[in-house]
Amino acid sequence: MTVPIGGALAAAARGPAGPTGQYRTLRQRLGRHRLAVASAGLLALIALLALGEPLVAHWLGTDSEAQDLLNRMQGPTATHPLGTDDLGRDLLLRLLEGGRVSLGIGIVVAVAAAVIGTLIGLTAGYFGGAVDTVLMRITDGVIALPHLPLLIVLAAVDPTKLGLPTDWAQSSMLSFWRIAAIIALVGWTTVARLVRGATLSVREREFVRAAVALGAAPRRIMFVHILPNVAGPIVVSTTLSVGGIILLESVLSFLGLGIQPPMASWGNMLTNAQDLIWSAPALAIWPGLMIFVTVICCNFLGDGLQDALDPRA
Amino acid sequence: MIRFIARRLVETLLVLLVMSVCIYGLIGLMPGDPIDLMLTADPHLTTADVVRLKAVYGLDQPLVDRYLAWLGAAVHGDFGYSRLQSQPVLQVLAPRLGNTLLLMGISLAIALAIAIPAGVWAASRPRSLADNLINLFAFAGMSIPAFWLGILLIILFAVTLGVLPASGTASPGVNSLADRATYLILPVATLTIVTVGGELRYVRSAMLEVLRQDFLRTARAKGVSPRRVLFGHALRNAMIPFVTVVALDFGTLFSGAQITETLFGYLGMGKTIYDAIMGNDYNLAMVGLLLATTTVLLANLVADLAYAWLDPRITYR
Repeated sequence: MTVPIGGALAAAARGPAGPTGQYRTLRQRLGRHRLAVASAGLLALIALLALGEPLVAHWLGTDSEAQDLLNRMQGPTATHPLGTDDLGRDLLLRLLEGGRVSLGIGIVVAVAAAVIGTLIGLTAGYFGGAVDTVLMRITDGVIALPHLPLLIVLAAVDPTKLGLPTDWAQSSMLSFWRIAAIIALVGWTTVARLVRGATLSVREREFVRAAVALGAAPRRIMFVHILPNVAGPIVVSTTLSVGGIILLESVLSFLGLGIQPPMASWGNMLTNAQDLIWSAPALAIWPGLMIFVTVICCNFLGDGLQDALDPRA
Repeated sequence: MIRFIARRLVETLLVLLVMSVCIYGLIGLMPGDPIDLMLTADPHLTTADVVRLKAVYGLDQPLVDRYLAWLGAAVHGDFGYSRLQSQPVLQVLAPRLGNTLLLMGISLAIALAIAIPAGVWAASRPRSLADNLINLFAFAGMSIPAFWLGILLIILFAVTLGVLPASGTASPGVNSLADRATYLILPVATLTIVTVGGELRYVRSAMLEVLRQDFLRTARAKGVSPRRVLFGHALRNAMIPFVTVVALDFGTLFSGAQITETLFGYLGMGKTIYDAIMGNDYNLAMVGLLLATTTVLLANLVADLAYAWLDPRITYR
């Protein structure tokens, strides 16, 4: 039932000030955060190189999975700018492919977790009462659990026992999507709490009450009126979570439970590094350095965004 | 207060029950069962043997019945045997829980001893060189992969300098405190560095939040010394949110400990759980995971109590 009411109320129902001014200020504030800007640039460079891996491979005349057992663990040469690994594969190409995997997981999981968290937070905050209590108890429970051992259990599950077809269960992309799914399963809690808190306060604002008075359905109020007003914190928290996700992916891959070789990931490139410390220290240095640089850039960028959104903090 | 603790303990039991169902189900979804493993180890087993053995161990029963049988035994204190260690599960886990608590306790203590003064100092002069350097260090600690940091420390101290053991819990046959300590140094250093960054940031932001408040201006105005304002008035209030955050991060600390233990071959709960899952030692994995969860949940309860103790305005009913 929609009853036409005077323009002021309808305008109020559209929400506060338009986004253009808001985002311009945001961009200016972020621009002052030089570390965040530099981090964004470095991340873009890493992402570009990672995506351009096939080009680099073409240019070097090899690919990231080609083994050359006669030239194992070599130092830098013209054909192998960073040398080769313990199976004679080109280290630079594997680093770039690992970057594609790690950044891919970081972004996919962060977005998936943000979606799950937003849905749970919006529902809990908007409906309140028993729904809120149950959802938040679950959230608190998931936050409190030790995540790594749980993820190890989840990663050890045999996909064929879940009824997945065998050929799919053995494909190399499965390890990518499986690790993404299980990290998202524990990663949504921060966004859920944030969105719930923001929803609780936005719910009481006049334009939301106006929308309720105009007869908007709960779903429309949640997604059209409340969601745009809690978008800022969601973006910050999602950006800040990418670093942690990449760390989790790399540790699971390092333990042999994440990305499976021959697909490269920065984590699984370090699996054998411990045994090869003497013969090829470069193998232990490069992948870890890439993780470290990428994660710290994500954290700087997230921190800058947070400052820009809330200059008090 | 007693009622609050009782209710929380009941809730903890409930969470553990839910966890046990989930983990049992997940373990049922892992590849192979103990008899399949026996089969690969001993090719002389016939199909009839396999069927008989599965019946003996109850592995031919549906998962739900097996879980209920496990739960029934567990309630009576029988957690079964470890397949890899050939010992009752609790006998395997007890000393390892001790090792983990030792590793986590020392690391947390050192991390707090660094994070609290450094965080207060950084917050007392925001945007100064010292603040920026402390911030940079905090970000580095939060961003470094624990296992890579561990590898670097092994390269430096065990391989290059040769002054500390690269892995293990104690030298075989030696039973002295000094010997245990040398094995603890690198794992503790690793866990401390990856823990301290987040804590530093929490202390700093909690302090900045408090320092803005009016009662501190009042305190300064009436002539309280800057040091007393900072540590007596501000820190006391900043500690209230900080304690909760540290306790909620206990699960993260455990995860960090698990990486550290696995990397350094330190016989703690984390390494035991990892080895048990990799080696299909289901009983051990199951109880290990539940014990780890219990530890983390109890730490959270302690934090809630500390919260009330630090802030007299809060009472629990």
